[in-house]
Amino acid sequence: MNYHWNWDIFFQTIPSGDETYLMWVIHGLGWTVAISLAAWVIALVLGSLAGILRTVPNRRIAMIGDVWVEFFRNVPLLMQLFLWFFVVPELLPRDLSLWVKQDMPAKEFITAVLALGLFTSARVAEQVRAGIQALPRGQRNAGLALGFTQAQTYRYVLLPMAFRIIIPPLTSEFMNAFKNSGVAYAVGVWELVFVSRQMVEETGGQVIESLLVPTVLYIVCAYAANRIMAVVERRSHVPGFIVAK
Amino acid sequence: MKKLHALLALSVACSVGAASAQQLEGTLKKVADAKAITLGIRESSFPLSYLDASQKPIGYHIDICNAVANAVKAKLKLASLDVKTQAVTSQNRIPLIVNGTVDLECGSTTNNLDRQKQVAFAPTTFVTNVRMAVKKASGVTDLDQLDGKPLATTTGTTSVQLVRASEKGKNLNFKEVYGKDHADSFLMLETDRAVGFVMDDNLLAGLIANSKAPDAYAIVGPALSVEPIAIMLRKDDPQFKAIVDDTVKGLAKSGELTKLYHKWFESPIPPKGINLKFAMSDELKKLVATPNDNPAESFKK
Repeated sequence: MNYHWNWDIFFQTIPSGDETYLMWVIHGLGWTVAISLAAWVIALVLGSLAGILRTVPNRRIAMIGDVWVEFFRNVPLLMQLFLWFFVVPELLPRDLSLWVKQDMPAKEFITAVLALGLFTSARVAEQVRAGIQALPRGQRNAGLALGFTQAQTYRYVLLPMAFRIIIPPLTSEFMNAFKNSGVAYAVGVWELVFVSRQMVEETGGQVIESLLVPTVLYIVCAYAANRIMAVVERRSHVPGFIVAK
Repeated sequence: MKKLHALLALSVACSVGAASAQQLEGTLKKVADAKAITLGIRESSFPLSYLDASQKPIGYHIDICNAVANAVKAKLKLASLDVKTQAVTSQNRIPLIVNGTVDLECGSTTNNLDRQKQVAFAPTTFVTNVRMAVKKASGVTDLDQLDGKPLATTTGTTSVQLVRASEKGKNLNFKEVYGKDHADSFLMLETDRAVGFVMDDNLLAGLIANSKAPDAYAIVGPALSVEPIAIMLRKDDPQFKAIVDDTVKGLAKSGELTKLYHKWFESPIPPKGINLKFAMSDELKKLVATPNDNPAESFKK
């Protein structure tokens, strides 16, 4: 292949100012990490809640969790992002709608975090439910027999074990949060995919360099997430209880 | 002995090969061998290169590329030439030209010095001015009025840097919003997420003509940039470049290019029978009179 390599593009100054493209990439990495971490917090909190709801004995309450999971799990992520960005503001009263569309600070970032957080929450919910249901039924009964309420049974008996069981799939989900954050470019967040696409254009088609560097940074982010979760797994390990290494 | 025969046969084959290679090289040889040429097309670069209702690529640049394909067929004295098409995007068009997937890119590519490091261009066949679409009701006529207001443009286009440069130059501060494609950016203007949309004027004219209320929009303000748009081909391929250049120059000289322009920019075109009413700019009239492949940088005053 007759490709004209040029790694110097990262040290070139952008046409409109004093930054280099390397600064752009670092800036983009910052937004990618910010979106992913913020979305992960939302996903973990709401996902745990929805997952727990799905396992409670009361069918009506469990239904709320079911609907939550089925909606956020069965609609494509990009579609959810566009729903939040283009559709939801139109449903608001006119003045509020205009404020959201034009003046709300960091509107693209907030929309992206919300969309990614809710999407991921459905997946976390399924893992939490699976973790709880993987426990022998006697555990719940034992808790209740000891005089715990349902809430106390979850808090002191079921969840401490369930969360330990699901650390490996949660690790994958945490890594997915980083990888899925790339869709945020579609609403205009200046993150890694955005930077990569813009660099391809502005450098006159240095596609390979512009794609490789963000790719490597995604690998670094996802792998860092993996290592963090490995530490969590080791620290929270209970001797004699499942997946002992 | 057998080995010697094989060697002999091989050397004869090589010398025959060398003889024909002397006559044909690069893209022409590739096309002659395959009896096929591949045109890179865009799916929504209205009206330069886009898909009609039956998903067939049509447009101003497709017509010009077909003229080039005919010239290649005549030059190679081929009984038949298979003209294939391959959809390309603004991200992959240069790599696909460079790696040989596409022989001629018939889209809406700006000819500039950066790109000339990788590829070559035919003489310029269209000139675009980067301007701004607004809702007429907003009363906006210039970028200066948009200080502190949201302004849309499309990710991965030169307009992004033009907007940033004009912010710095005029000491303005826009709230930039970015659509992932032109349809999204226009949707931002339509739904009041943005007060203006900065893009190539021919694309803006196409989006406005196809919108629900074409009369509600106007293209305003001075040009942020003047860019030559040209058909793209592989670099360092003199034989093929000569045919492409001669064909385009021939079309310009015979008046055929002006007719094609009228057909695509000033008459009703598929799929909806919309007329862009987009008169030929003075820059393009000059280029039709004296065709050249000068890059965008030479257009700056």
